[in-house]
Amino acid sequence: MASSDTGLQVELVAADRTVWSGEASMVIARTVEGDVGVLRGHAPLLSLLTDAVVEISAPEGVVVAAVDGGFLSVAGDRVSVLSEHAVLSEEIDVDNARTELDEARGLPTSDEAEQRIRRAEARIRAVEKAR
Amino acid sequence: MALSLREYRARIKSTESMKKITRAMELIAASRIIKAQQRAQAAAPYARELTRAVSAVATFSNVDHPLTREEENPQRAAVLIVTSDRGLAGAYSASVLKEAERLSERLREEGKEIDFYICGRKGEAFYKFRQRPVVRSWTGFSDQPSYDVAAEVGEALIESFLKEQGEEGDVDEVHVVYTRFVSMLTQEPTATRLLPLEVVEAADDDTPSDADLLPLYEFEPSPEAVLDGLLPQYVQSRIFFCLLQAAASELAARQKAMKSATDNADELIKKYTRIANQARQAGITQEISEIVGGVNALADANASHE
Repeated sequence: MASSDTGLQVELVAADRTVWSGEASMVIARTVEGDVGVLRGHAPLLSLLTDAVVEISAPEGVVVAAVDGGFLSVAGDRVSVLSEHAVLSEEIDVDNARTELDEARGLPTSDEAEQRIRRAEARIRAVEKAR
Repeated sequence: MALSLREYRARIKSTESMKKITRAMELIAASRIIKAQQRAQAAAPYARELTRAVSAVATFSNVDHPLTREEENPQRAAVLIVTSDRGLAGAYSASVLKEAERLSERLREEGKEIDFYICGRKGEAFYKFRQRPVVRSWTGFSDQPSYDVAAEVGEALIESFLKEQGEEGDVDEVHVVYTRFVSMLTQEPTATRLLPLEVVEAADDDTPSDADLLPLYEFEPSPEAVLDGLLPQYVQSRIFFCLLQAAASELAARQKAMKSATDNADELIKKYTRIANQARQAGITQEISEIVGGVNALADANASHE
């Protein structure tokens, strides 16, 4: 496992752009089975994510992002987080997310409404965590 | 000289303003191509990682997935045609539609019925004019497609693909006809089969190295579930790739078409200027000869009087 000396090579990729990439010591993400933390030397893993927050401990500070599902792949100290939509906490508009949350809560219960609630919540949580 | 000088001047003027328009469109297209290419590049990491992940699952588990399963007796095929929203792009839309016709001809020969799905207003208009049924169409994004659109298209196609045979709207194959961006000068209309997926084919393009590909992955919660999550996204990212390629091709085609339109306008202006000059010169010559003729006539008259 010697792909890098300091830690993990992390890539956070959305469908239309690379959101963040660089070195980090740890990645925490929420898979469908529960939270998973990835450190150096983690066994190769491919896992589905839920709409939640991803934390990346980079040398310059913790990077927090909200993802809409997607998945996590770990292989040889390379971690890729793929999601159709991934936003860094600095890019999130909290007020926007809150209004969206209220809006989604007002909808009749359906899978779609629930998904929107979860996504909005993930965004708000990401901002709160980054503070 | 059929027309007067003034009319030629008017023609030159209108050609000049036309030239300004085509020139502006050429420049706009040129600057957008760069953006389109950047967008394609930005989307590449996602597609690459997805391909890696899909081939990893495909290598380490022998999972049979509905999206990769070949129907034994395919009867219906869906064809997604990616055209442009606007014209003035030379033969861009026409050549995609021609390629689509060729593909449908082939599919019909194989005894399959065809459901058409269309992206772009030009394709929609083509089918509407010929009164051919279209299952669904999406418009309004052809020169800068977003991933959301690709996801929507992908969802619709996957949904009809997953229906059981005999069900309303079921298809057994999905094909895409789009224009591949080869270079600024060449864009190639291409037809590919999207579903059922052939994962093998995807594994050989730009995987970094074999050593990177071989770790024994743990799948969470299970290989089936991971594949279930991966494949629809893989399909959508393939569609997104097609849309991005088509957008770049459209812009390149438009730039080329507008460049030749500008060149043509230049030629016309040159031609008209020559004719106008000729007409002006002819007018002057005529005036001079009339004056000279008049003077001569006067002189003759005077001479005969004396």
